[in-house]
Amino acid sequence: MSFELLFQYFLSGITVGSIYAIVAVGFNIIYNTTGIINFAQGEFLILGAMVGITLSPFLPLPLAIILAVILTVIIGALIEIIFIKWLKEPSVLRVIIITIGVSILIREAMLHIWDEKVRALRYFTGTEVSSVTIFGAHISPQVLWVLGISAVIVICLNFFFKFTLIGRAMRACSANKTAARLCGINSKRMVTFSFMLSAGIGALAGCAVSPLTQTQYDMGASLAIKGFTAAILGGLGNSMAAVAAGLIIGLLEAFSISILPLAYKDAVAIALLLIILFFRPSGLFGSREKSALKEY
Amino acid sequence: MNKKIYIPVIALVLLVIVIQLIIHASDAAYYLTQLTMSAYYVLVVIGLCLLMGYAGQISLGQAGFFAIGGYISAVLTTYNLLPYSDSGIIKFFSKLRMVIERQDLYGNRLLSFSPWVGFFAAVAITVIIALLIGIPVLKLKGHYLAMATLGFGLIIYRIVLGTAIFGEADGVSDVPGFVLIPACALEVNGSISLRIQNYYIAWFIVILGMIISVNLIHSRVGRALRSIHGSEDAANAMGVNISKYKLYTFILSAVLAAIGGVFLTHYNGSIGPSEATSMKSIRYVAIVAVGGMANIWGTLIMGVLLNFLSLRGYFGTYDDAVFGAIFIIIMLFAPQGLLKISQLQKICTYFKSRNKGHERASP
Repeated sequence: MSFELLFQYFLSGITVGSIYAIVAVGFNIIYNTTGIINFAQGEFLILGAMVGITLSPFLPLPLAIILAVILTVIIGALIEIIFIKWLKEPSVLRVIIITIGVSILIREAMLHIWDEKVRALRYFTGTEVSSVTIFGAHISPQVLWVLGISAVIVICLNFFFKFTLIGRAMRACSANKTAARLCGINSKRMVTFSFMLSAGIGALAGCAVSPLTQTQYDMGASLAIKGFTAAILGGLGNSMAAVAAGLIIGLLEAFSISILPLAYKDAVAIALLLIILFFRPSGLFGSREKSALKEY
Repeated sequence: MNKKIYIPVIALVLLVIVIQLIIHASDAAYYLTQLTMSAYYVLVVIGLCLLMGYAGQISLGQAGFFAIGGYISAVLTTYNLLPYSDSGIIKFFSKLRMVIERQDLYGNRLLSFSPWVGFFAAVAITVIIALLIGIPVLKLKGHYLAMATLGFGLIIYRIVLGTAIFGEADGVSDVPGFVLIPACALEVNGSISLRIQNYYIAWFIVILGMIISVNLIHSRVGRALRSIHGSEDAANAMGVNISKYKLYTFILSAVLAAIGGVFLTHYNGSIGPSEATSMKSIRYVAIVAVGGMANIWGTLIMGVLLNFLSLRGYFGTYDDAVFGAIFIIIMLFAPQGLLKISQLQKICTYFKSRNKGHERASP
C-alpha cells in the first residue's frame, strides 16, 4: 500500500472517528449527570442534520445550522422533561427501555416527516468535486470542516466543564449528587441541561458530517452503537478518553475495509465492543483498581 | 406436586380449540395464518420472558437467535448437494435418510438435508453460540448487558446481510415444508390446504413450551431465578449458583427463539434479514414489558395480540412507532406491566371486601 493510500485511509478514518467521538462525548455528558445511557443519542445527529437540510434552501447555511442546533436542543430538553424528569429513582432497565422507545419514536417521526430518501446538506465550502491535496492525498474540504468542528466542540466542552459555573456544577453532580445538592446546585436542572448539551453537540456534528455521509432517517442507531463503543473503549464517563477511542474505532473501520468485505464494516466496531465488554469493561484508559469496585 | 399450575395450560388448550372453531364457524379462515405465525413469535417472547422477568437479564439480541435458527435450517434444506452426491459422506447421509431428494419449482432435481437435520443443527448451533456469548455477556449488568446483547444482534444482522450463502439482502427462499411425521402427513407448510393442521401444530409447540416454562418457574430453578432477580448478591450468599442459572435460562431462551425461527421459516417458505434487525429484538422486549415482565401468561396474551394485530397490518405505517410508544407508556406508567397479578389481586380483594361489607350490613 502506498503512503498516499494509507494517508487517505487515515484521513477517512479520523473523519468518521471524530463523529463517533462526538456521539461518545454526548453519551458521557448525560451518563455523568444521570448515570443513564441515552439510547436516543444517535437520533439527535440525524434530527439536527435533517432540520438543517430542510432549512438550508431558505436561509444562509450558518443560520440554518444554528437553527437546527437550537431546535434539537429544545427537543432534547423536552425529551428529558417529559420522559425522564419526574421518574423517582427509576431502575436502569426502565430507563433503558424508555430511551429506546424515545429513539424509535424520533426515528418514526422523522420517517413520516422526511420520508426514507437519502439527503445531504450542501458542502460548507466548495462542492463535492472540489478537493484539497495534503501529502499527496486528495480530500474534500468538508473533511477539514468535520475535523475542525469536532476539535472545537471538544475544546469548548473542556473549557466549559473546567471554567464555567454551570459546567462545574454539572461535574459536581456527576461526582456526588447528594453533596452537590447540599451545596445548592439544582441537580434536576443539571440533568435537563445535560440532555440539551448533548443534543446540541449531536446536532452540530450531524450537520457537519451530512455532506460527506449523507443522512437517512434510520442512521442513528448504528451511530449510537459506535459512539457507545467509543465511550466504553475510553471508559464510560471519561470524555477526553472517549475522543481518543472514537478516533481509534474510526481508523480501525477505515483500515478494515482493505481486509474485510465492505458489508462487514459495521460488524468490526461492534465486535470490538463485545471484546472490550468481555475483557476490559473499564475501558482502555480506565484504571483496574477503580474498575474492581464498580459493577458492570 | 402442585397440579394447580396446569389449570392455565388446560385453559389455553381449550381456548386454542375454541378459537379455531369460532374462526371455522365464522368463515374467516385467513385469520389462522396470522395466528399460526404469531404462535411462533410467541415462542420467542416466552423464552425472553423467562430471561427478563424471572432471571432479570435483559436481552436486546433475541432476534439474532431467531435468525440463527431460521437461517441455518433454511440453508441446510435448500442448499443443493447434487454436485457432491457421489462423495462418500453424502451417500452415508442419504443412507441415514438425512438427505432427501426433491424437485424445485422448475422441476430440477434437488438434493438437500431433511428439515429434521436442519432443526437439530439449528438448535445445536444455537446452544453453542448462546453458550459462547452467554458466559461473558451475563457477567455484565444494566447498560453494559443491554448494549452487549444489542451488539450481538447487530453482528448477526450484518453477517446474514453480507454473506452470499445466506442470500444477502434477499434472504433464503424456496424453503421446503417441514414434514414432522411422514406417516400421518403432518407438515409445517404455509399452503392453504394445511392451514388448520398448521394452526394446531404451532399451538401444540407453544403449549409444549408453556408447560416447560411453567414447570421451570415453579421448580427449584424458578425459585433460584427469582432470588437472582430480587438481589444477585443475596442469592449468591444463600448458595445459589447465579451464573449457572443465568446461563441456563439464557440458553433456554435462545433455543426457544431458534425453534420459533426454524418453524416460522418452514411455514413461510423463506427468511430474510428483516427477521434479524434490532427493531425485531426490541419488539420482543416490548411485548414482554407489556405482558408484565415476570408474568408468562401476560406475555403470552400480549404476544399473540400484538403480533396478530401487527401481522394483519392494523398498525399500518406506524408499526414500529406503536411498539416504541408501548415501550414508553408502559415504562412510564406501569413498569410492572399491564397484566400484573398484584393489580388483579387488588381488584379481587376490593370486591371481596365489598361483598363482606354487604354481608355484614345485611343481617
